Amino acid sequence: MDAIRESLNKKFANKVVYKVGLCIALWDVEKIEESFIFPGDGATHTIVHFRYVVFRPFVDEILIGRIKSCSKDGVHVTMGFFDDIIIPSDSLQHPSKFNEQEQLWEWEYEVSEEEGVHDLPMEINGDIRFRVVDEMFVDTTPSSPEEANPMPPPSSSSGVPAVHITDQGAKKSPYTLTGSISEMGLGMLAWWN
Amino acid sequence: MEVCSENHAMLCNFDVLSLLRDIQAGRGQKKPNKHQTNLATITYETIQCLEKSWPCAGHTAEGVAAAMEALAPFGLTPAEKLQLINHRPSTAVEIQLMVEESEERLTEEQVEELLEVLATHLPQEIDDQGQEGEDMEIKEGDS
Repeated sequence: MDAIRESLNKKFANKVVYKVGLCIALWDVEKIEESFIFPGDGATHTIVHFRYVVFRPFVDEILIGRIKSCSKDGVHVTMGFFDDIIIPSDSLQHPSKFNEQEQLWEWEYEVSEEEGVHDLPMEINGDIRFRVVDEMFVDTTPSSPEEANPMPPPSSSSGVPAVHITDQGAKKSPYTLTGSISEMGLGMLAWWN
Repeated sequence: MEVCSENHAMLCNFDVLSLLRDIQAGRGQKKPNKHQTNLATITYETIQCLEKSWPCAGHTAEGVAAAMEALAPFGLTPAEKLQLINHRPSTAVEIQLMVEESEERLTEEQVEELLEVLATHLPQEIDDQGQEGEDMEIKEGDS
């Protein structure tokens, strides 16, 4: 039993399963079927039915995270155990502007007619409340070698070293959430307290 | 491997936190050993996140069960109840976010009542909201 638990946790913990979500830890084992031994293989193979705790917020769910970084395209949010949350610039509070000097987004909040607008910055590491508006899974199972690494054109006579050494596939994240804070009550927690 | 049911049940943050604490303390199963670095990492990071950003650290199993019962007469969907328990809102604007079309479905008195129900059953530690963790079932071979 411990061996099954251990191998299930080893296999899934902290991994994203395609179209399922980020696996956290084993919840329980429901059923263990008979074990098989295959010729030429020293291991035993067992079919196990189990339940796993998975991070998979539904669309429209409200979550809290921390701002990891800001850029012109939007805000990158982390939840500690899960980093791939993007709030695009058009889903920020309206009207917002990007402060080039500080490299931060600011919400131009209109206090009242007389007092004018207040710039509320979205600081790095600040707690932020957002709504999940979209989720995206990328199948990162290894593809065929041609697809993953298109051969550079054979004409090397130009002398330009145009070969990309970096593997583009390595940068893809398997599970990305898109957030939005363009509603009352969303955004930095400090704004609403 | 085969996924039987993608979302078997929804877990509230409190359930997840207690499971992870059990794993870390080695209750009911062995502690993660040095080969299970992934499990140790995700357990640590998730506990950190839940304790810091969400109000679930101070909840009790009885409190959550009582709150669920008290939420029943409001006619909310399971997802809305889950969010209310996880976020433990303390202002009306937060309820508006979590309950769809709350202006039409809930009267002002009901919103007040909701806030009170949550405040009685779920003691407040941090003034935040949040949620995470849904459970599901996977079928799998080759273990």
